[in-house]
Amino acid sequence: MNALRKIGVPLAAIVIFLVLWELLVWVNDWPNYKMASPSDLPPAYARYWELFLVMGWQTLWRTVAGLAIAVVAGTFLGMLMGFSRIMRDGLYPLLVGFNAIPKATLVPVIALIFIGMHDFNTVLMAFMISFFPIAVSVGIGLSTLEPEYRDILRSLGASRFTIFMKIALPKTLPEFFGALKVAVTLAFIGTNLVEIVSPHGRGLGALFKSGETNGDYPLMFAVLIALAFLGILLYYGVVFLERVFAGWAERAEQ
Amino acid sequence: MTNLIEIKGVTHAYKTPLGPLPVLNNLNIAVPEGEFCAVVGPSGCGKSTLTRLIAGLMKPDRGEVWLHGELVKGPRKTVGMAFQNPVLLEWRSILQNVILPLEIVAPSMSKADRVARAEELLALVGLEGFEDKRPSALSGGMRQRASLCRAIVHKPDVLIMDEPFGALDAFTREDLWQTMHELRKKEPFTCVLITHDLRESVYLGDQVIVLSGRPATTQYVLDVDYPGSREIDGLYTPECTEMLHTLRDQIRIAQGRVQEEAA
Repeated sequence: MNALRKIGVPLAAIVIFLVLWELLVWVNDWPNYKMASPSDLPPAYARYWELFLVMGWQTLWRTVAGLAIAVVAGTFLGMLMGFSRIMRDGLYPLLVGFNAIPKATLVPVIALIFIGMHDFNTVLMAFMISFFPIAVSVGIGLSTLEPEYRDILRSLGASRFTIFMKIALPKTLPEFFGALKVAVTLAFIGTNLVEIVSPHGRGLGALFKSGETNGDYPLMFAVLIALAFLGILLYYGVVFLERVFAGWAERAEQ
Repeated sequence: MTNLIEIKGVTHAYKTPLGPLPVLNNLNIAVPEGEFCAVVGPSGCGKSTLTRLIAGLMKPDRGEVWLHGELVKGPRKTVGMAFQNPVLLEWRSILQNVILPLEIVAPSMSKADRVARAEELLALVGLEGFEDKRPSALSGGMRQRASLCRAIVHKPDVLIMDEPFGALDAFTREDLWQTMHELRKKEPFTCVLITHDLRESVYLGDQVIVLSGRPATTQYVLDVDYPGSREIDGLYTPECTEMLHTLRDQIRIAQGRVQEEAA
């Protein structure tokens, strides 16, 4: 019963969404170049399923690679800011400033620096757009650790590294996973920015661009839905990892 | 009898943007081995600073702290600490929380020995059957019992407690006082207890030290002569009432000094 509800409710929500979408298009009698309806999508998938698999995989692995780098770099920056006041004071304005720059404006910049390195540029953008929430939440998690938590082990002569591994790191995990959920969706935006804008790009973004070029509007919408699907997939991947590593933070259901 | 803890002429001031803030001024305390020393004093008089000094978590500006005939220069493995906040780690079971200090102090100890030691203590404080529970599943009093077990699991010779019962309701607190006495019968440790509760200081302490207002110095030392064995009922005897009166007067004097300074 519980498992049924856990899968049934989200599925029902998606079905209701699709029905409303179909109705909206039908009531307004919009042609598919104005807005495609869900019933236009299956033919698009059927015609291009091979492209969807290839491009979808391209987008997925680059996003995951960018995220992985964002996790490593973001955690490292977060640790610097969490442990050192000087680092915190020095890095925060830089990071906030960098994050405020619209990443779309950076696409031509990195395209010029790394000419032709499409994979690298895409991963780089996914990383740049997604490391910030991770760095901030790890930093806050570490800097707000109550001194008593440190003192339990410090009074026994434990090293800083031991205190980090046994207390600070596990205690920060819930915040870390919260940030990772935000970062997942951001990373997709980064990947697609580069894929859409780069000439001769690959990935779902490039497929979207080719749909636009050829006036194949159902294909464009099909790409958007495929992206949404990948986003949901990756998000639940993070939820699964969170259950495994930080399941203790979840309150038992009453 | 040798003094296990000796604090000699300790003076300390914190650096603040408004200049140095003196908290301890020529403080002297001596606690013989196995004794229970309760420290009371007005709010903000530097009691918590005292615990951090004894634990070796900080160094005094002047003066010396000696433990076991050795000058304290930094943290040492023979100290146990308990705070008002039980600070249990939510991602560990109660048993694993109690074992934590052993992982640092006795890395070579076998897993079975660690578990046995932790289980023995948990049973002693009445937490049998709660070993596998998460801290959040326990009441405040039970969490504080687990925190006490963690503080003494590695058989420290000094137990430092900073208002460990301060956040508990009156009856739970009395239960824990009794638990403290039971623990002391089984586990030999010298204890320093920081508290705001005069009844607690008399019920638990062999000596009660009254600190003056900030900067704190030793204002008064009361040797507790508890009537009969340590039963809660003893607190309602004339002897205890007289001791409590004495302490109350001393606190009033200590507070007066704080107010004079403010004015």
